[in-house]
Amino acid sequence: MPNITQSTLKLTRDEAVHLLHQMWLVRFFDEKVDEFFARGLIHGTTHLCVGQEATAVGACAVLRPMDKITSTHRGHGHCIAKGADPKRMMAELFGRETGYCKGKGGSMHIADLEKGNLGANGIVGGGIPLATGAALTSKMKQLGYVVLCFFGDGAANEGSFHEGLNLASIWKLPVVFFCENNQYGMSGSVKEMFNIENIADRAKAYGIPGAVIDGNDIVQVMDTVETAVQRARDGHGPTLIEAKTYRWKGHSKSDARKYRTREEEQAWRARDPIARFRALLLEEGLLDVGTMDEIEREAAREIEDAVAYAESSPMPALESILDDVYA
Amino acid sequence: MTRALTILQAITEALDQKMAEDERVLLLGEDIATNGGVFRATDGLLDKYGAKRVVDTPLAESGIIGSAIGLALNGMIPVAEIQFLAFIFPGLEQLVAHAARMRSRTRGQFGVPLVIRTPYGAGIRGPELHSESVEAFFAHTPGLKVVVPSNPYDAKGLLVSAMEDPDPVVFLEPTRIYRAFRADVPEPLYRVPLGQAQVVREGEDLSIFAWGAMLRVALKAAEQMEQEKGWRCEVIDLRTLYPLDRDAIVSSVQKTGRAMVVHEAHRTAGLGAEIISLINDEALLYLRAPVKRITGFDVPVPLFSVEDEYLPTESRIKQGIAETILF
Repeated sequence: MPNITQSTLKLTRDEAVHLLHQMWLVRFFDEKVDEFFARGLIHGTTHLCVGQEATAVGACAVLRPMDKITSTHRGHGHCIAKGADPKRMMAELFGRETGYCKGKGGSMHIADLEKGNLGANGIVGGGIPLATGAALTSKMKQLGYVVLCFFGDGAANEGSFHEGLNLASIWKLPVVFFCENNQYGMSGSVKEMFNIENIADRAKAYGIPGAVIDGNDIVQVMDTVETAVQRARDGHGPTLIEAKTYRWKGHSKSDARKYRTREEEQAWRARDPIARFRALLLEEGLLDVGTMDEIEREAAREIEDAVAYAESSPMPALESILDDVYA
Repeated sequence: MTRALTILQAITEALDQKMAEDERVLLLGEDIATNGGVFRATDGLLDKYGAKRVVDTPLAESGIIGSAIGLALNGMIPVAEIQFLAFIFPGLEQLVAHAARMRSRTRGQFGVPLVIRTPYGAGIRGPELHSESVEAFFAHTPGLKVVVPSNPYDAKGLLVSAMEDPDPVVFLEPTRIYRAFRADVPEPLYRVPLGQAQVVREGEDLSIFAWGAMLRVALKAAEQMEQEKGWRCEVIDLRTLYPLDRDAIVSSVQKTGRAMVVHEAHRTAGLGAEIISLINDEALLYLRAPVKRITGFDVPVPLFSVEDEYLPTESRIKQGIAETILF
């Protein structure tokens, strides 16, 4: 577990409001999804990122609208942080026609090209070569955008990680590989699945910079990603960032969490990225408690609205089953 | 002694008893040890046989299948679990380019006695990549055997035969009926031979060929048609998809003069086409109607909102029976 450190703050008040609001949106969205799964209103499977709000929100906060991301199976936070509408996201999870994938893709396949979100991905590591290709396009056509590739610790052991990072390195592509190390690939602990202390240590093998950061410190996330994005935009190639974090919930809805202790979970809950950001904002005098509470309530209302929108949206028409397989 | 077990329990028992009997048998896969597998098929086996024989791997499907080949070539009997069938794709190279061809490539010097167990099929409200039914990929690959049980008795007996087979076997476990019902399973180790279909219901008017989760749907449709119309359909569980039990297929069609294939896989180039071709070759002059296919559609398996329409239903099968008999 990394030390609890807090970076220096250089945020405006508006930026602070935006970041805190986004973090709450991510948390409330996933808590709501959790509740609806438990009540049997959403089906299938889903992967929640409660506890990982700082990585999604912090990393996307330093991107420009033109920049792109690839996301993962645990992608609700990434999607919201890159500007997705929680209404259409919730509708997708409810399997409604108004969802991002017309109600036929679900939790793991939300994509939003208008906002530069190249898609969540049901296959672990699936987004890594895809991000590399998106960055290659940017370079070949001189489009100026940077690609931020989210993936988890589990993905770092897939072959696609090796192939994607090597290509990005030899071609000096404008991509940032952002590993959210939440300590477990389903039940597989990083302690057992890696023989190295830090996943970012692998950067050396690809000849690119690596950084290990506290993923529950949103300011540190922003600082590090900003440096990597600038490097990418300047044509110096990729960076591998590893953000140590933790998912509070199980891997998916059917996880009894036999592989970790309740004490460990409590220790990480004490490092709540939202509570830490609040404390920092208060300490720096940027926002007062009343304002922050109102931001929280506003985010909660937006998620309630998203649920209402999803529930009142129609199911896809039966005929649509054959749509969109080909152009 | 027999007990009523689910398919899942029968699979666990087959693994357990075979591991007890033959120390060369070992299991490897993602989340199979501590967690006992996503569907709990390997639950309890870590405690019983230890971490050397029940191995949690990183997320590395190519590595899992490739390691299994290396084990099999050197006298071990690996049973690899791929968490969901569609997760096998990064490992296809090892399976198709190596496991399947090793015996042929070495002109019979090396065999690869490995089993790949994997949950497959739709109907559990899983998103697309958790619901695939691409058995035809494997049946199309010379060197692989493809087995699909439809009931607890066969699940145990076929898995034991798969573990004793000298060649690589892809053992597909229909998730939809993992826990759907119980049936008598003898406690001692027994075998159901590979390559033998089973007549589940006798009839004279039409032969229905099915496997996995579709078998019960076909059976129900056949029962209803007898009650409603007095038509007696023969229902045959193919159980092994490669090698196909050609004699069972041909002799049934010679008896009934009509045939139907039911599979949840996509229609185009699905196994139904192969079975129809076989009937054309061997029983054309016995046919009184074109052979009917009731299948999934040529689309990725959609989300829960329209999933039930994707899968062959009793009503679609009944309509197909009527069209064939009244042709």
